[in-house]
Amino acid sequence: MSDTAEKVKKIVVEHLGVEEAKVTNDASFIDDLGADSLDTVELVMAFEEAFGVEIPDDAAEKITTVKDAIAYIDEHKAA
Amino acid sequence: MFANGAAPRRVVITGMGIACPLGLGVEHVWKRLIAGDSGISAIQSFDTKDLPAKIAGQVPVGSKADGKLDLAEWIPVKDQKKMDRFIQLALVAAVEAVEDSGWKPEDEEGRCATGVMIGSGIGGLQTIHEASQHVAAGRTKRISPFFIPSALINLASGHVSIRYGFKGPNHSVVTACATGVHALGDAARLIAFGDADVMVAGGAEAAVSEIGMAGFCASRALSTGYNDTPQQASRPWDEGRDGFVMGEGAGVMVLEALDHAKARGAKIYGEVIGYGMSGDAYHITAPSETGDGAYRSMRAALKSAGVAPADVQYVNAHGTSTPLGDDLELGAVERLWGEAGRGLAMSSTKSAIGHLLGAAGAVEGIFSVLAIRDRVAPPTVNLEKASRESVIDRVAKVAQERPIEVALSNSFGFGGTNASIVFRAAP
Repeated sequence: MSDTAEKVKKIVVEHLGVEEAKVTNDASFIDDLGADSLDTVELVMAFEEAFGVEIPDDAAEKITTVKDAIAYIDEHKAA
Repeated sequence: MFANGAAPRRVVITGMGIACPLGLGVEHVWKRLIAGDSGISAIQSFDTKDLPAKIAGQVPVGSKADGKLDLAEWIPVKDQKKMDRFIQLALVAAVEAVEDSGWKPEDEEGRCATGVMIGSGIGGLQTIHEASQHVAAGRTKRISPFFIPSALINLASGHVSIRYGFKGPNHSVVTACATGVHALGDAARLIAFGDADVMVAGGAEAAVSEIGMAGFCASRALSTGYNDTPQQASRPWDEGRDGFVMGEGAGVMVLEALDHAKARGAKIYGEVIGYGMSGDAYHITAPSETGDGAYRSMRAALKSAGVAPADVQYVNAHGTSTPLGDDLELGAVERLWGEAGRGLAMSSTKSAIGHLLGAAGAVEGIFSVLAIRDRVAPPTVNLEKASRESVIDRVAKVAQERPIEVALSNSFGFGGTNASIVFRAAP
């Protein structure tokens, strides 16, 4: 697992209070991990804080799964 | 309005829950209260060096089995951050009260006939403080999406309704330190008028925080002379009193239509028989000089109860331990009771738990109901020497066994808002 993936999954586990095993790459925050719309807003803020990236609202709306988040962060985080 | 001709229904208490500085759980707290224990201690959760008042009544931390609060036992960690502490405390007290009542509506009709009315004097003060620090630091975008729903006062009622699926009236009272009594009284009226069969009602407060303490210090309301002996700081009517002691907590009652409670064979603690209110129209923080607001509030409550002062055996006073307020309330009781006041038991349980602001009236309402159930008047601890004599027995230091059938509880708030509620033994 990449550093990004590991960190993303840790954040998801902490914020959504779910078991680590459930946080697979394909897991959807809302459909699989019990998040509501406010939870996803908070998750995105936590990703921004942890990785030093800015995720605009239109991009945030497209991040619905764990792998979406990992991909976006890998693409945009400072080298 | 109210033109359907239906007669008002009688309202009883079928469940109770408390989280307060004496601990968690109605029976545990009551036992400690009667024993004369104090829940006041030095504030450890933040630095008080710049504050003249350094003590408060704080809900003790520990396991449920020991009558203390471990939030993880009550609310999933993931949900805790979505609610300010006042909501967390409200939930803890509400869970106890609802489970105690045994009321679990199985159908939609029952859920829709069950409402919630839990208020708070101030609401999510600490949450607002933390959000404003982000703004001050230029980090406005870091404000949590849970900030607003965590701080809003009616979200205590919201969370309780969501947890249990109670779909009846969802309401919230905000009248400073009179909140608790107003919530119980208004909720009882909703039942009396037929808006609901069951109401989960009470108050919650969590203002033992930096800005909460600083704010009340600035208004010169808090005790500052007993920082080294915190358990002696709250001393209503005593000549050494110097202000109130801040407390946190929540009190919740399950109120229910008498016919509904009887039909399901519920345990009944007592009945809400009267409720009265008044406004001082005088000053934003000081009580009116004559105690007239307190007098009219109590008179209205007794009138709605259909009882005379002589029928009341116990008064749970607002009695915050402030130099001005305590004697004004005492004077109002003396005036209203007249000769019948000779030997009347009136105590201030704030002497043991401090002033729980918006939760005070609800917690003290529960104490009043228990005073009737167990025929015992809880003590005013620390009342060593009263600043003035009275024919009213203020139950100094030690609880008294008394034949209590009817009890009245007072709560008065900033803004000149007064409320009194009257309870009677179970019918």
